[in-house]
Order: sequence, then structure tokens, then C-alpha cells
Amino acid sequence: MDFKQLQIGWVKYMNKLVEDGILDEQYKQLQQLQDESTPNFVLEVVSLFFDDSQKIIYELERALAQPIVDYKIIDAYVHQLKGSSSSVGAGKVKEVCVKFRESCENQNKEGCVFAMQNLNHEFSRVKHNLQYLFELEQQILAAGGSIPTIMLSQ
Amino acid sequence: MDFCIHSRTVEIVMTTIKDFDCCRVVCNSPGAVHIIPDLLSVKTRELFLKNRAAELDREMGLIRTQEETGRHVRMLTHEIRSTLDRHTILKTTLIELGRTLALEECALWMPARNGLELQLSYTLRHQNPVGCTVPIHLPVISQVFSSHHAMKISPNSPVARPRPLSKKFMPGEVVAVRVPLLHLSNFQKNDWPELSTKYALMVLMLPSDSARQWHVHELELVEVVADQVAVALSHAAILEESMRARDQLMEQNVALDLARREAETAVHARNDFLAVMNHEMRTPMHAIIALSSLLQETELTREQRLMVEAILKSSNLLATLINDVLDLSRLEDGSFELDLGTFNLLMVFKEVVNLIKPIASFKKLMVSLTLAPDLPQYVVGDEKLLMQIILNVVSNAVKFSKEGSISIIACIAKPESLRDVGGLDFFPVPSANHFYLRVQVKDSGQGISPADIPNLFNKFAQNHALGGKHSGGEGLGLAISKRFINLMEGNIWIESEGLAKGCTAIFIVKLRIADNLSYSEHRLLPTAQANHCQANFLGLKVLVMDDNGISRMVTRGILIHMGCDVTVASSGKECLQIVSQEHKVVFIDVSTPGMNGYEVAIRIHEKFASLYKRPLLVALTGSSDKVTRENCLRVAVDGVLLKPFSLDKMKSVLSELLEKRVPREANP
Repeated sequence: MDFKQLQIGWVKYMNKLVEDGILDEQYKQLQQLQDESTPNFVLEVVSLFFDDSQKIIYELERALAQPIVDYKIIDAYVHQLKGSSSSVGAGKVKEVCVKFRESCENQNKEGCVFAMQNLNHEFSRVKHNLQYLFELEQQILAAGGSIPTIMLSQ
Repeated sequence: MDFCIHSRTVEIVMTTIKDFDCCRVVCNSPGAVHIIPDLLSVKTRELFLKNRAAELDREMGLIRTQEETGRHVRMLTHEIRSTLDRHTILKTTLIELGRTLALEECALWMPARNGLELQLSYTLRHQNPVGCTVPIHLPVISQVFSSHHAMKISPNSPVARPRPLSKKFMPGEVVAVRVPLLHLSNFQKNDWPELSTKYALMVLMLPSDSARQWHVHELELVEVVADQVAVALSHAAILEESMRARDQLMEQNVALDLARREAETAVHARNDFLAVMNHEMRTPMHAIIALSSLLQETELTREQRLMVEAILKSSNLLATLINDVLDLSRLEDGSFELDLGTFNLLMVFKEVVNLIKPIASFKKLMVSLTLAPDLPQYVVGDEKLLMQIILNVVSNAVKFSKEGSISIIACIAKPESLRDVGGLDFFPVPSANHFYLRVQVKDSGQGISPADIPNLFNKFAQNHALGGKHSGGEGLGLAISKRFINLMEGNIWIESEGLAKGCTAIFIVKLRIADNLSYSEHRLLPTAQANHCQANFLGLKVLVMDDNGISRMVTRGILIHMGCDVTVASSGKECLQIVSQEHKVVFIDVSTPGMNGYEVAIRIHEKFASLYKRPLLVALTGSSDKVTRENCLRVAVDGVLLKPFSLDKMKSVLSELLEKRVPREANP
């Protein structure tokens, strides 16, 4: 396929993700850091994020399943996830983390459970979307094109 | 037996007598007959050897003298070659010669400036030779000059002066030799300067009444010395020349430097003047234009209206002229830079047509715009400049047409047409994503006579063919447009078949094709910018402490992208272990509860007692609430960054911090 078409597709998809809030400005920052000396920077960071977050989510589910919920520990995990997601630019995930922490502070179990569901949902969403985006990027590179750089809106 | 005091003959006689005596004695003894031939041969041998000995003695004496002479010559040469001062050379020569040869007087005659005389310049005994002269064409002088040999001359000749005042009758023998005065130009590639034009004359006088005679080896010495003196003098002359040249150059240098500084001052003054005038001139202009326009809106009599219109027209013209002058001076400075950006090419043309339509329709001129279908829509270039150029050319067309039509045709310049009438020095070379835009503006107006065409692009050149006070033919419009077009690596030329036959203006400019991707909210950035590293961060050693693996990785990525040398620590303990004097900045994440990055900051303060060696501390935090701020102040960090932070934010915070640090380091 002509890589120009692929590039257009990529840009459209990216725009949509940003519009929906799944990715925010920080993701574009990461893209800016990628260059010839670090050609896979974004992929590396994002992969690490996926692995890390998966572990945290697992721990969170376990903690919530306990008969006596340790909100301190949950708060610590959510804080970590909030940090990671904001560093990576996973906007929706970060939002959910903020709400999650509020529920933790209030020791609101229902709120926490609800937030946990949202977290799972948003996390898989961003994971799938980014995986699709990366596939597109591979296709573009294979067709001889380069990944477009999108300027940050000042 | 003592042979030395007798003359040779006496010697021989005595020997012969003695020999006869011996012979007689021998003959009187028996058997003497056998030894007589042997005796004779021995004797002959003895004679022969004696002769030889005497000869060798003589030769020894000669060699010794020669060696001494040679030594003198070497010494003299060394003396005169060890100085580059002409005066010293000559003086030394005379002194040494006088000493070596035991001369009574030694003199040097130099050619006078007029070339007709020789002037007595240096003497050995007399301290201040009176400037007596002899004509250069004296036969004795010509004779000496004609050969490089030293020649004996009569003691009575005019050059054998100054004559020593003595009561003795017999003046010593006099020898004269020429000393070539060599110039740089004498040293041609192939021949030794046989043909040098100027000679000096050296005259050497033996002591009077000494009955001494000039020996051959002495003459040879004099010749050698004369040559050496010539060389030494030429060196001295060259040195004088080069010192004079150097002084001259230094003076020129000073003068040039002064001139350069004056020119620079002039340029600065002009720029200042322009900057001020720019503002000062434009403000009243705007006032006039604005108020005149307002005036037009009010109730006016017909006469008043005409007057206001005239005021407006003139002030608009003046405003244009002011802008043009300022633009042109910036162009000449070379300080004009293209403002590149992506823009819609078709829109530019449409806007120009819209701007020109009112005037055109007022003049009942038809304006048509034709854009080639293969013209790219989005291009990269200086939009404002291009619009100015097109507007200028089109408005010229409108200005000089009283009726008829104006046609604007824009297309991509084809390679064949690039070799147009564009002039022999214009060779556009299209490349991968560049193209040449060709715009042709044709009008059916007054036309221009072919003779005037070359002057069109000159500043302020008036076009006399265009009559009328308001034709506005003079001005900078076309000159500036040409400059702008040249800046865009293009060219412009005008064709006209003559007066009243209309005019065609054609120009070509170089533009780049833009990637027509996503021209919605996002504008595309050339990927080359992604590698923008500031020089002052290159190699900067920094330490990042963050327990969150991902944010640590991102922070590290940002800093590496800026060119820093990054070390990471995932805990406070690790951080304190690693941190050293070499780290210039330490980034501490203070957002994780329970990790206590503030502690780390305090410890670092303690570890580095001296201010200069302590690394700068930057706190990374996820929130900017009151508690965080208070804590940061408490542990006295140097800066705070709110997560997530951008590359630009990091750069600006770091540069600020590093700038503040530098002055302190400079003043111990």
C-alpha cells in the first residue's frame, strides 16, 4: 500500500485518540523525544507502562478483594499508576486514577470498586488503541515512509 | 757548516773546492778511482735536495701568507655579514682592510644621486670627509669599473684622495676596485648580476715611502672583499626596504581600521536612524490616513471631498514609499530573512485578485486569473512576501492600463521555459520537493519602449514615457520586488512590444511543496527539528531519582534528548550513594508518599558543604499544593518541576538554573 495513505490514516487515528482524551499532550512529548538515536523510545516506554500497570491492576484487584480493605496500600498503588499514566500521556487512565484516589481518601469501597471497573476499561482501551497505532507505524515503516510528527498545540 | 749566510754562488764555489780537495785526497789513496762516480752522484743529489728545500720553504711562506690572508678575509666577511647596518658594514670593511693590508688610507666613493659623479663617502683615517666629488666618466674610473679585477692606478689621480699630508716624496702604490651596488631587480633567474648599473669605488693606498708593492694575493683579497661588501650592502638595502614597507603597511592598517570603524559607526547610526524614523514616520502617517478616511465619511462639499481624496491618495503613496525605503535598506543590509511557513498558494492569488478588483472595475479593466491544475495547493515559503510581489506586479499592470484587460496566469515552470528570456545568468535547478512557480501578468496598457526596459528595476528610475503627474512611475516598487524575488531564488523580467502595445511581466520564484497531510488543526513540523539540542546542556551530568519506573524512564528520555549525561536512581538510598561532585543537577521525585524525597534533599545539602560543589536540586512533583510548596522551600531546592513536564519546560527551568549558578562560580 502506498505509505502516504497509511500516514494519513495514522494521523486521523491519532487525532481521534487525542480528541477522545485517551491520549494527551504528554504522548506527543514522548514522540518528540524519539529520534535516530532512540528510534523505539515511545514503544519502550509504552511497553513498560503496559507491563507495570498490568501488575498494579492485579495487585489492586487482590487488595480490593480482601475482607478488610487496606486503603493505604490501594492509595499507594493508585498513586503509582497515576504517575505512570501521566508520564506516558494516557489521559483517561490518569483521570480514573484521580477519582480512584478520592474514593480511597474517603474510604469509599463502592467508589473504589466503581473506579476499579473504569480503570480496567480505560486501561484495555488505551492498550488496544496504542497497539493498533504501533501496528500502523510498522506498516508505514515497512512501506518506506516515516512516522509523521505532530506539532504540539501551544 | 753554515750555508745560509752566503750567496748561492759562493756556496757552490766553496763546495766545489772542498770537493776537489776531497777528490785530491781520495785520488791520492789507492782505490779511489772506483768511488768518484758515486761521489759525484751523491753530490748532485745533495744539491738537488737543497734546492728543493729552499723551494718548499718559499712555498710554505706563500701558503702561510695566503692562509693568513684567507683568515683575514673570512674574519672581515664575518664582521660585515654580522651586521645589517650599511654604515657599519662600510666602516668595518675599511678598518679591517686597513689593518690586514697595513694601508695608509682607504676610501670609498659612492655614486651621487644624479648619477654623474662619485662622492667621497667613507675614509679610514679622516673622520669627516668633505663631500668632494669626481665626475663619473673619468677614464681611470671607467677602466676600473669595466673589470672586476682590482687595478693599480696612479697615485696622482683625482680619486686617490685624500692624500696624506706628509713630507715624504714617494706616495705608496694605489689600487682601486669596483664594488657593485646590487638591487633586488638585479637578481634575475639565470644570470649573476654582471649587468648591475651602479658601482662604488674603493681606493686603497699603501703607505708612502714604504717601497712596498701590491702582491697578487693582496689584490685577490681586495677583489673578494669587494664582492662580499656588495652582498652585505644589498642585504642592508633589502632590510631597509622591508622595514619601510612594514611601516607603510602598519600605517595602512591603522587607516583601514579607522575606516572600518567609521563605516560600522555609520551603519549603526543609519540603523538607529531608520529604527527611530520607522516609528516616527509611520505614526503621523497613520494619523493622517486614518483621520482623512474618517473625514471622508462626513458631510463634505464637492470641493472639500476632492481635496480630502487628494490628501488620502498622497498619504497612501507616502506610506508605501516609507515602507519601501525601510524594506530596501533591510534588504541591502542583508538582514532580511524569509519567514517560511506552510500556506495555501491558491488563496494567495485569490486574495490578490480580490484586493485589485475594486480599482480594476473602477477603471473598467477585466481581471482574469488562471491557475494551472498541477499547481500544488499547499506550499512552504514566505507567504507575505509572495503576496507583496504578486500584488506589486499586478497593481503595476492596473496602474498603467487605462482600458482593456489584465490576465494573471500561474503555473509550474517547465525546464524548457526556464531557459527563457530570463537572462543568461539565471539557471534554476529544480530539486526533489521544490518547484518553480511561474506567474505571468499581461496587460493591454501603455506598454514600455524597449529602451526603457533595462531601467525598470533600478531604484527611483523615472519612466519618462509615462506622462502625467499621477502616473507614479517613479519609486521602489519594482526594484524591491526584484530583490524579494531574488531572495526566493527566482527572477523577473518584463516584455513589451512597445508603447501602447501592452506589457507582460513574468516572474519565477522557488517554493517547496508541503506535505498535504492533516492541514486541519495541526501544522506539520519538519522532522529535523526533533533533534534540537541546546549547546549548554551537552554532556551535562545529571542524576534522576524517581521510584516510578515509567516516569523515571520518561524523565531520562527528555534529558538524554537534550544531550545530558544521565544517571538514574530508584530510591533515596541509591541516590545518596551515587551522587557526587560531578553531578551538576539532581532531580528528586518528591511525589511518592513514604519515599521522602525531601530527606534526600536535606542529605545532599549536608553532604556538599561548599556551595559551588553542590549539585543543583530540582524537585519533581505531581501536585503544586501548599504542602508541597512549603516542603520544597523548607529543604531549599533550587527549582521545582510539575509532572508531567514537557521538553520545553525542562529546558527553560534548567537554563534558568544554570545561568544563575554561573556568575557565582565566576567570582570565587
